[in-house]
Amino acid sequence: MQIASFLAYLLAAALFIIGIRRLRKPETARSGNTIAAVGMTVALIATLFVIEFESLLLIGAAVLLGSVVGAVTAQRVQMTAMPQMVAAYNGVGGGAAALIALSEFYHLSEEGTLGVVAGTTIPLTVLVGSVSFMGSVVAFSKLQELAFTGSVTFPLQQVVNAVLFLGILVLAANAFLDGAILPFIPPVASVLAVLFASLVLGVLLVIPIGGADMPIVISLLNAFTGLAAAASGFVLGNYILIIAGTIVGASGTILTRLMSGALGRPLGKIIFAGIAASGGSKEELEERPVNDVSASAVGEFLSDEANKVIIVPGYGLAVAQAQSVMKDLVEVLEKGGTEVLFGIHPVAGRMPGHMNVLMTEVGISYEKLLDLEDVNPEFEDADAAIIVGANDVVNPAANDPEKDTPISGMPILEVGNAKRVIFIKRSLSPGFAGVDNPLFYDTDNTMMLFSDAKQGLEEVVEAVKNG
Amino acid sequence: MQETLIQLAIFIMAGFLGFELISRVPNLLHTPLMSATNAIHGIILVGGMITIAADGPAWVKFVGFLAVFFGALNVVGGFWVTNRMLSMFRPPKARVKKRKG
Repeated sequence: MQIASFLAYLLAAALFIIGIRRLRKPETARSGNTIAAVGMTVALIATLFVIEFESLLLIGAAVLLGSVVGAVTAQRVQMTAMPQMVAAYNGVGGGAAALIALSEFYHLSEEGTLGVVAGTTIPLTVLVGSVSFMGSVVAFSKLQELAFTGSVTFPLQQVVNAVLFLGILVLAANAFLDGAILPFIPPVASVLAVLFASLVLGVLLVIPIGGADMPIVISLLNAFTGLAAAASGFVLGNYILIIAGTIVGASGTILTRLMSGALGRPLGKIIFAGIAASGGSKEELEERPVNDVSASAVGEFLSDEANKVIIVPGYGLAVAQAQSVMKDLVEVLEKGGTEVLFGIHPVAGRMPGHMNVLMTEVGISYEKLLDLEDVNPEFEDADAAIIVGANDVVNPAANDPEKDTPISGMPILEVGNAKRVIFIKRSLSPGFAGVDNPLFYDTDNTMMLFSDAKQGLEEVVEAVKNG
Repeated sequence: MQETLIQLAIFIMAGFLGFELISRVPNLLHTPLMSATNAIHGIILVGGMITIAADGPAWVKFVGFLAVFFGALNVVGGFWVTNRMLSMFRPPKARVKKRKG
């Protein structure tokens, strides 16, 4: 039986790998997800044989309950709320790992078989899983705008975190050494204390991180939960937990690094410095003339002079719920023979790749959605770049070596290379990072349409139709 | 000890495999990729089943129950939402590319 379940676990691992491989292309991605789900089913059935169908009623009830909640939330969630949904699923995964390690500690210490491996990996699982759980809860409430919005900081934050972490280490050692360090706390209670302290640490680590850095936090927490699952595999001596958990941990780490590269800031700075310049040095925001235009002027220009248009959507578009109007704009422009492409910055939206999902949701073909590297050469022969609800990702100040701004070093979409730059924006206020955009004041080439994204786009669509 | 060393070897190899697998996924699919890998770490459900099946007092059973509940939520929600998302990535219809004269 042991051999059969081991082989089933290997099959599950292979299916996970094939599934992830198929996620590289949009054509095969959906089947990839299905294959991974089949892998999961294989692993779960094999586990039923491993535990010899013990506690089947309890397991069945918990699985049923979890599945119903999972299915209902997954079916109902709006695509704009995807980041908080992923954070929520991620959090429960981390929480599960912490709880498993806690009860396994109880089992092993009862049997008196707590070795070095379990003695070290149990506190580790509890720590990482709990941080992931509470970190995800905080990330969820930030994204859902329930609490902790923006960057929450307090004096000596780093010191408090360090002290808490040291406390966790002492408690973990105390559990491992059977209460030798703190005799008044029994081992199981020590592990429980590690759990609670780690929950607090999870809150403290995520509260200082601001909105624009959320893509990084989400992928980092995903990596954490993967690692917690892998660590619990060491605790239980279970191979599929080690393999699947580690693959997810590694993939989350890669994504996190990609995202911090896309923001142009090292990972450490994002996590430990919060949003570096909270508010961003409000530099000389003197009154300068801008080329303030009407929607009909934009529409007229687009229908008369534009053969190739590149649209840069930002999170402001989603906030204004203007995605389907965007689709209308694409349709009227294409009807008039204009080529339309989209330039999507890697950190547009609130999680990696979020904006791509929001655009495909309204039926815009994914072939039009270009990555930063692919779209930048396209601006050269574009007649217009239309920026809706974005600023930081197109701000040339990020590449100005003379300036030291929170976005310095961030790769940008080079919209300035297009013949005309059209901003649809509510006001001149600089974006999230608080850095003024020199493109606003280029009165020869830039058109500023001051409007809500949805209303502005609707008016432009009308104007193109009539133009 | 031998067992632990084998586990360590698998851990290292799976780590490199994870790096390789993900490095080639384009930005376009990063959100579905994240939610799919998110569902895969729901494998923690296996751990939950193993702990809940072991003997123990009521509080340990309760902790196990909570872990299985969390794990199932992670698995089902994760795969379901990824499927919903990917169903929107339809292959493009016949491409029409016209240019104004």
